[in-house]
Amino acid sequence: MSFVELSGVSKSYGSGARGTEVLRDLNLTVERGEFVAVVGFSGAGKTTLLSLIAGLIAPDKGTISVAGKRVTGPGTDRGVVFQNYSLLPWLTARENVALAVGQAFPKATAEEQADRVTRYLTLVGLAQAGGKRPSELSGGMRQRVAVARALAMDPEVLLLDEPLGALDALTRASLQNEIARIWQADRKTVLLITNDVDEAILLADRIIPLSHGPAATLGPAFAVELDRPRERRELARDHRFKAIRAELVAWLLASGKQKKPARAVVESVPAPRVVEASA
Amino acid sequence: MKRSTVEKWVTYVLLPALGILGVIGLWALASTTVAPNLPSPWKTWETSKPYVLEPFQKRGELDQGILRFTWYSLGRVAKGYAIALVIGTPLGLVLGSSRLFASSFDPIIQILRPVSPLAWLPLGLVLFGKPEPAGTFTIAMCSMWPTVLNTALGVRSIPNDYVNVVKVLQLSKSRALFKVYIPAALPYMFTGFRLSLGIAWLVIVAAEMLTGAPGVGGFLWQEYNALIYEHIILCILTIGLVGYALDRLMMLVERRFKAATA
Repeated sequence: MSFVELSGVSKSYGSGARGTEVLRDLNLTVERGEFVAVVGFSGAGKTTLLSLIAGLIAPDKGTISVAGKRVTGPGTDRGVVFQNYSLLPWLTARENVALAVGQAFPKATAEEQADRVTRYLTLVGLAQAGGKRPSELSGGMRQRVAVARALAMDPEVLLLDEPLGALDALTRASLQNEIARIWQADRKTVLLITNDVDEAILLADRIIPLSHGPAATLGPAFAVELDRPRERRELARDHRFKAIRAELVAWLLASGKQKKPARAVVESVPAPRVVEASA
Repeated sequence: MKRSTVEKWVTYVLLPALGILGVIGLWALASTTVAPNLPSPWKTWETSKPYVLEPFQKRGELDQGILRFTWYSLGRVAKGYAIALVIGTPLGLVLGSSRLFASSFDPIIQILRPVSPLAWLPLGLVLFGKPEPAGTFTIAMCSMWPTVLNTALGVRSIPNDYVNVVKVLQLSKSRALFKVYIPAALPYMFTGFRLSLGIAWLVIVAAEMLTGAPGVGGFLWQEYNALIYEHIILCILTIGLVGYALDRLMMLVERRFKAATA
C-alpha cells in the first residue's frame, strides 16, 4: 500500500441539475519520501483535491488514506501550506509556529518546544525575523513561516496548495530553490499542487497533470529523472527537461481543448514557444 | 499661516464655536419669549457656579459639586457595565459559534433588547429589594445587548482561512478560542463594548432618578422637585459632556487595539 493513496475519489459541489462535478474518479499514489506535483489549470479543482487530502472536505465517492489510515478529517499527520497567507496576523512569526508546535507536541517541555520553533525558523532562513508580525514580513517571508509551521509539526506528509502562487517571479524562483533545499534536508513526503509546469519539473520526482475542469481527472504520471540539486539555468537547456515540459503542456492543452475554447487555455500556459523548439 | 492650517482652524474651532454660540443665543431668546420657565443661560451659570467652580465640594448628601456627583454615577455605571461585559461577551461568543444556540436564543434577545430602563428598574427593585442593586441590574440589562450582538457578529465574520488553520493545526477548543476566534473577533467586540458603554451612561440617569441615589441623575431629579431648574440644565450638559468623553476614550482604546492586531 502506498503512503498516500486516493482511489476512485469524486467530489461535486451542490446537488442535482445545479451541482457541478469538480473531480471525477481520481486515483493517485505517493510513496514515502517522494515529491509529487499535481499540475493543472486555475479553477480545475486543484484546491478541492488538496482540501480532500487535508480532510477539510469529504469525498462523495472513493477513499483517501495517508500512512495506512483512512482520512476522515484534518489531522496533524498532514501539514498544509495554503496559497493565501494563512498566518494569524496578531501573532508574531515565532508565535505562529509555536502555536502548531504546542498542539503537535503537548508533552514536550517549554524548552523543547522553543528549540523546535527555532530549528524550523532557522531551516526556512527566518531565525532573525521571529519577533515580527506577518504584516511586517514580505509575501515570500510569510510563506516561509507557513512552511516552517507545517514542517514543525513533523507531519507524515506535507501538502502544498499553490504555495508560491501569489508571489512575484523573483521571489517565486528563490522560494522554489528554498523548497528544494528543505526537501533535500528533510526528505518529507510532499504533494505539491501548482499551475506552473516549470515549478513542478524543478521540484518533483513525479508529475501528474489534472485535466481541465469541470469533472477534472488525473492524467498519466510523468517521471522526472533529473539529477538533484537541479540548477535552474542548466535545466532550461536540458533536453529531458524540454521533453517533459512539451509532453505535459501538450497533455494539458489537449485536455482543455475538449471542454473550453483553446484561446482561454493558451493564455494560462506561459511560453508555448518551448514546445515548438523541442518538438 | 498656511491655507490648510486656516482650514483646520475654521473646521475644528471657529465653526463649532459659532454653532454653540448660536444655540446659546436661541436658548436666551426662548427663555425671554416663548418659554418663561426656562432659565436663561446667564442665570444658569450664576446658579451653577458653586457646583462647577468647586466640583468636588461636599456640602451635604444631596448638595455636592457636580464632578463629585459624576464620580458616584460613573462608579455605578462601571459596576453595571462590568456585569454586562462579563455576561455579554461569552454569550456573544456562544451565540456566534453555535447555530443551534443562535436559533434558540436570538428571538428572545431581539425581544429583550428594546426594553426601556424604566421597565427594568421596577423589576430590579422587586428582585433585589434595594435601589442600589436594582440600578446596577438595570444598567447591565440595558447595556449588554450591543456587546452580545457585535461579539456574535465578529465570530460569524471570522475568515474561512482562519477556520481552516484551526482545523489543519487541530487546535484544541481553548487554543482556538483564545489564539484565533477572540483575536479575530476583537475589532467587532470593541465596537460592541463602546456602544454598550454609551447605553450604560444613558441609563444611569433613569436609574438614579427613580431610586433617588446621589449622582448626576439623582441630583437632576431632586433639583426639579426643589424647583431649581438651572441645575437641570447643568446636569444635562454634564451628562452630555461625560458621555462624549467616554465615547472618545473608547474610540481611542479601540483604535489602539485595531492597530495592534491588524
